Amino acid sequence: MSQTRFPLPLRPEVEFDVKAPKELGDVAKPLSFFEKLAANGAVRHGVILIVVALIWEIYARYLDRPLSFPTFLDTLEALRDGFASGVIPARLSVTLQTLVIGYFIGLTIAAVLTTVAVTSRIGTDLLSTFTAMFNPLPAIALLPLALLWFGLGRPSLVFVIVHSVLWAVALNMHSGFLSVSETLRMAGRTFGLKGLRFVFGILIPAAFPAILAGLKIGWAFAWRTLIAAELVFGVSSGQGGLGWYIFEKRNTLDTASVFAGLLTVMAVGLIIEAVIFRLIEAKTVRRWGMQRG
Amino acid sequence: MALMMDQALAQTTSSSPLLSVDGVTLQYKTPDHLVTATYRISFDIQRHERFVLLGPSGCGKSTILKAMAGFLYPVEGCITLKNHVVDGPGPDRMMVFQEFDQLLPWKTVEQNVAYPMRVNGIGAQDAKARALDALAKVNLSKFADAYPHMLSGGMKQRVAIARAMAMKPDVLLMDEPYAALDALTRRKMQEELLQLWEDIGFTLVFVTHSIEEAVVIGSRIVLLSPHPGQVRAEINCAHLGLNERASPEFAELTGRISHMLFDGQNVAH
Ligand SMILES: Nc1ncnc2c1ncn2[C@@H]1O[C@H](COP(=O)(O)OP(=O)(O)OP(=O)(O)O)[C@@H](O)[C@H]1O
Ligand SMILES: [Mg+2]
Repeated sequence: MSQTRFPLPLRPEVEFDVKAPKELGDVAKPLSFFEKLAANGAVRHGVILIVVALIWEIYARYLDRPLSFPTFLDTLEALRDGFASGVIPARLSVTLQTLVIGYFIGLTIAAVLTTVAVTSRIGTDLLSTFTAMFNPLPAIALLPLALLWFGLGRPSLVFVIVHSVLWAVALNMHSGFLSVSETLRMAGRTFGLKGLRFVFGILIPAAFPAILAGLKIGWAFAWRTLIAAELVFGVSSGQGGLGWYIFEKRNTLDTASVFAGLLTVMAVGLIIEAVIFRLIEAKTVRRWGMQRG
Repeated sequence: MALMMDQALAQTTSSSPLLSVDGVTLQYKTPDHLVTATYRISFDIQRHERFVLLGPSGCGKSTILKAMAGFLYPVEGCITLKNHVVDGPGPDRMMVFQEFDQLLPWKTVEQNVAYPMRVNGIGAQDAKARALDALAKVNLSKFADAYPHMLSGGMKQRVAIARAMAMKPDVLLMDEPYAALDALTRRKMQEELLQLWEDIGFTLVFVTHSIEEAVVIGSRIVLLSPHPGQVRAEINCAHLGLNERASPEFAELTGRISHMLFDGQNVAH
């Protein structure tokens, strides 16, 4: 090796004394109050919201047409009244009940379908055909049919929600199960896990990131579909949901309350998506290092 | 040397083997190929042996190990454990895989080690105690509450080893468990494994492609030919361990093995 085509430079050897970590001072030091504040996503989002509210208020006052565009403060007042009189909470609870029923029926059917799909070839084919067929169909398009079958009332809404949840969740669960690594499967089986114990002990937790993504998509579909469905055919057996509230207030030209209803729809969606699902994520997939963020 | 042979001979004739691989051909079916990974492999493993499978990359070492674990079925020949044909995986043959993703990411290190014991009906207290004990042996007590994604590749491998050892299986199958470790840690783990073997005397099947490691760990080595794997030789080396690494006998044996493996090809080692 002494004779190479590429002349190597002659350089002296050096040695350094390495300090013990203790002598290096602050290797890890806590962030200052403002650094922490800026790193906090909630604070940054809050600032944006305040700015948007300010612009809204100024523009609405300048426009001065409360029937089509109420001010921010009027909307807040309508919102407060709606809550104080108990109308919005009552409507919200009707909507949420319908939603929870539909969501869980949808999840159950999705779980059964997926289990059949992972255990048999014909099941896989069934699932992929069905999802390919029904996934592109907007749930709301089924509403006329649902009304025909189940009449005016909660069952029709539940039917539509089940449809909107089912295919998205089943698709995600299935691809989640398929992507569980061969090594994890083999590890589970050397422990002696079989059948349902294997599904619950290995497959479901290993596929949890995909399952959770499916739950989130399913939730988002269901929430939007339900509000839209309620708007379209409104009241059922004397008690309407949040969509009906919005529709009703528009009919009486109480535009501030329409805005209040919309804000409630947004707030609930946000709370579920950004708080509840985030919390589940933080406690599971993030903690386990299965999802970054 | 001759004495060793006689002893080995006496053993094989006196007791039936714990694990026996008899004329086993293993194949993989891919959509457009039929890959033969090993061809008519036969060997017996006696109780308490430290049995090493040695061969070049791709010769089918992992494949045989997986077949012994019960994940693959031979297309020809059969594998028997205690005179029963192996027909599926089970906790009597714990396996340490070559891959890094063998730990359950949703369980802490300690839970990972305790989980197989819990699955097999060992009480929570007992399982925890054994798990902590096994973790101490692989020097990871400090990380008992960490999640696998916080560990380095080598540390994950050590957790997998602790998990397998804590189960006290009939046979411990290890697939290149130390390949990912730095030289120092590897040496330490080899010492630990041999010490543990002195303590418990489990039967070990160990896959490696390092000749030096094979001689240090093994009491008997099976040499496999390059793909598709066939048995090239069986060699005794129980008399050579960590302390004999500098001896001429050690060098002579590694030279002989390397010659057989590469069949006169000029490969520096
Ligand atoms: N899942 C698979 N599908 C198809 N062929 C495979 C599969 N796994 C392994 N093989 C083939 O079987 C042969 C043996 O593979 P194996 O993994 O047993 O090798 P190995 O001896 O463990 O190698 P290494 O030392 O690199 O781990 C290889 O030629 C490989 O291409
Ligand atoms: Mg291998």
